Amino acid sequence: MSTIQDPIRTPAKALRFGEAGLLVVFAAFAFFAIIVAAKAYTPAYAFHAYLFAAASIAAVFAIGNRYMARPAGPVPQVNADGKPNYNFDVVKFCTIAAVVWGIAGFLVGVIAALQLAFPVVNFDLPWISFGRLRPLHTSAVIFAFGGNVLIGTSFYVVQRTSHARLVGDLAPWFVVLGYNLFIVIAGTGYLLGITQGKEYAEPEWYADLFLTVVWVTYLLVFLGTILKRKEPHIYVANWFYLAFIITIAVLHLGNNASVPVSVFSPKSYILWSGVQDAMFQWWYGHNAVGFFLTAGFLALMYYFIPKRAERPVYSYRLSIVHFWALIFIYIWAGPHHLHYTSLPDWAQTLGMTFSIILWMPSWGGMINGLMTLSGAWDKLRTDPIIRMMVVAVAFYGMSTFEGPMMSVKAVNSLSHYTEWTIGHVHSGALGWVAYISFGAIYCMVPWLWNKREMYSLKAVNWHFWVSTLGIVLYISSMWVAGILQGLMWRAYTQLGFLEYSFIESVEAMHPLYVIRAIGGILFLSGALIMAWNVWKTITMPEAAAEQSLALAPAE
Amino acid sequence: MATQGTSIWSKHQIFEKHSYWLMLGILIVISIGGLVEIAPLFYLKSTIEKVEGMRPYTPLELAGRNIYVREGCYNCHSQQIRPLRDEVERYGHYSLAAESMYDHPFQWGSKRTGPDLARVGGKYSDLWQREHLHNPRAVVPASIMPSYPWLAQTKLDTKHLAADLKDLKLLGVPYTDEMIEKVQEDLKAQSTTDGDTSGLDKRYPKAQARDFDGNPGELTEADALIAYLQMLGTLVDFKLYDNQANVR
Repeated sequence: MSTIQDPIRTPAKALRFGEAGLLVVFAAFAFFAIIVAAKAYTPAYAFHAYLFAAASIAAVFAIGNRYMARPAGPVPQVNADGKPNYNFDVVKFCTIAAVVWGIAGFLVGVIAALQLAFPVVNFDLPWISFGRLRPLHTSAVIFAFGGNVLIGTSFYVVQRTSHARLVGDLAPWFVVLGYNLFIVIAGTGYLLGITQGKEYAEPEWYADLFLTVVWVTYLLVFLGTILKRKEPHIYVANWFYLAFIITIAVLHLGNNASVPVSVFSPKSYILWSGVQDAMFQWWYGHNAVGFFLTAGFLALMYYFIPKRAERPVYSYRLSIVHFWALIFIYIWAGPHHLHYTSLPDWAQTLGMTFSIILWMPSWGGMINGLMTLSGAWDKLRTDPIIRMMVVAVAFYGMSTFEGPMMSVKAVNSLSHYTEWTIGHVHSGALGWVAYISFGAIYCMVPWLWNKREMYSLKAVNWHFWVSTLGIVLYISSMWVAGILQGLMWRAYTQLGFLEYSFIESVEAMHPLYVIRAIGGILFLSGALIMAWNVWKTITMPEAAAEQSLALAPAE
Repeated sequence: MATQGTSIWSKHQIFEKHSYWLMLGILIVISIGGLVEIAPLFYLKSTIEKVEGMRPYTPLELAGRNIYVREGCYNCHSQQIRPLRDEVERYGHYSLAAESMYDHPFQWGSKRTGPDLARVGGKYSDLWQREHLHNPRAVVPASIMPSYPWLAQTKLDTKHLAADLKDLKLLGVPYTDEMIEKVQEDLKAQSTTDGDTSGLDKRYPKAQARDFDGNPGELTEADALIAYLQMLGTLVDFKLYDNQANVR
């Protein structure tokens, strides 16, 4: 296996098959994109075509430069010290991208929150009006921030737990850069009014096709690395990553099946219509939560909490049971987004039933994460990074109780269409997804850049408390707002008339929208503290002595 | 404990040690729920009611709907009235699946930052809609909706509208060849006051034809969006609709 080079007989340098192939593909694609740009129906679409062309040309140059600079022969799989020659450059890229996109996404969220409190913040500009900004916020936090965390950590964890270098030479870079290009295309598209009009699946057909190519490559790189692992067992975190990658591919293809008006038009029409499209959408939408924001981030929990706490995972059997139960049951839960709608009752009842059952495997995961701390609970007090991750798991437990409760039709008749849903999503998104991500970033940055620890644990502590206060303001104001809305809409006077007009419920929201915006600002401030801390950590001097300890692989 | 060869825990090792088995297991497990919940919606006849009056959107309404999608109206407005007492009193008859059967994509929405729009057609005058889109606070002082002043200033792009109809026909919307052929004619007939609307009426019953944006000289995006808003929920006549006929 070892391919350490013979120093005497250096082979002549030649283009690798992948390099040559990608050069041809990118050059051809740049040509194609320029033709599309020239004949595009709208200027916005022409802009995207030029963006694709520019990215392809940049890729050609990048591959060329890399070829000139790299040594001849294949990439060594093992270092001189006998350890795997891990590919951490892509992980570093994702880590920084996650921090940057996170701040961008939180900022857009704050602006959107302010727009609801003070409509003047829309500035009468098409590009930043609420209807275009809201998808930008959701996509930036879920797919840009969350996606980079997931791809970055999955590439880190799969290498460490397999004792093997990522497969592929250019493929991991194609995944990472391609995914981020997709984010740019999607985000600029929303601002320019290019959207499919399906929540959390707004990008149009060409962005979807491109993402499909990137995602299949991602699956191949991940799977290929597992295949050449040195450990007989596939580590539990990798089951969750694999379930996340596979299921997201299936959901993406099912929900985005569409026929474009023309190759020169950004517009496409979804294959499904009406009630079937609604079912497809929420099968997708709820499982974007289930597999992107849950299974994927549970993988983080299963690697970074045991690693940081230096304790084994609490129960291996619990992880087996809750893994299969979780991925089986989650898929059924979608119809709870469509209670009392024109979706047939049998589907609504199935959705509700499975949503309630889902409470159990969700808490199975929570228990497994929390109990991993047994014997190390004192770390909650001494280690702010552990505290952040444990609070993340606690929030996971809370929102996976709240979710099944809201899926009960009687509760849903009040909560649906209200701010309660927004509060629920954010207790999961801020409390669980973002906190476990922050924890993983705080663990990984010193490991990746060869530092003993984060530059300032005190700053981590500040981040924790500032953003926790933000979350509390956010979710409590939205609970009050949602229940108030629901009650006002269904309130009757003694004479049997509706008591409130709709606009009165809008007026009642104002103070709560202001509190929510303050919560968002606090959460954003916490993330800015993190960005500063990450920057200081990367630029501080290396700690060579502790390196071997910090990089010890997890079991 | 788990060392026995017959133990269920040791059987699970096939997934822990073979990535292809793990992948196959995941694929099977995640397919079941979706198949059971989605596939029957395509063949159970009770899914979509039999209703009089539903027709595809006119070219102008379709263009308006595309603007509705583009501006992300669905982020704050639902188009789905639930069969709850207060909703039916506030918004009208509860929504039927048939009413969105030609909607690619559906726009039922998930949030009511603003009111439901499923039956907003005819509730307000064109002038109200125009003013409201231009500056919502001019007609509803407490409104938090963004202003959309650019709609009345932007000429409607109708060059490729026939291709949109063709695409939708391919997806099963019952547009006829005649409808596709007469796109520009129908656009003109619906957006002006003096046009001959006999062809439009024949192809699209109940189509409302007038100058929607108060600017007869120009066909703007406001024309299209208001035409769409004014037809929402107007196609099915609920005085004639027999709910019991659809009970199977």
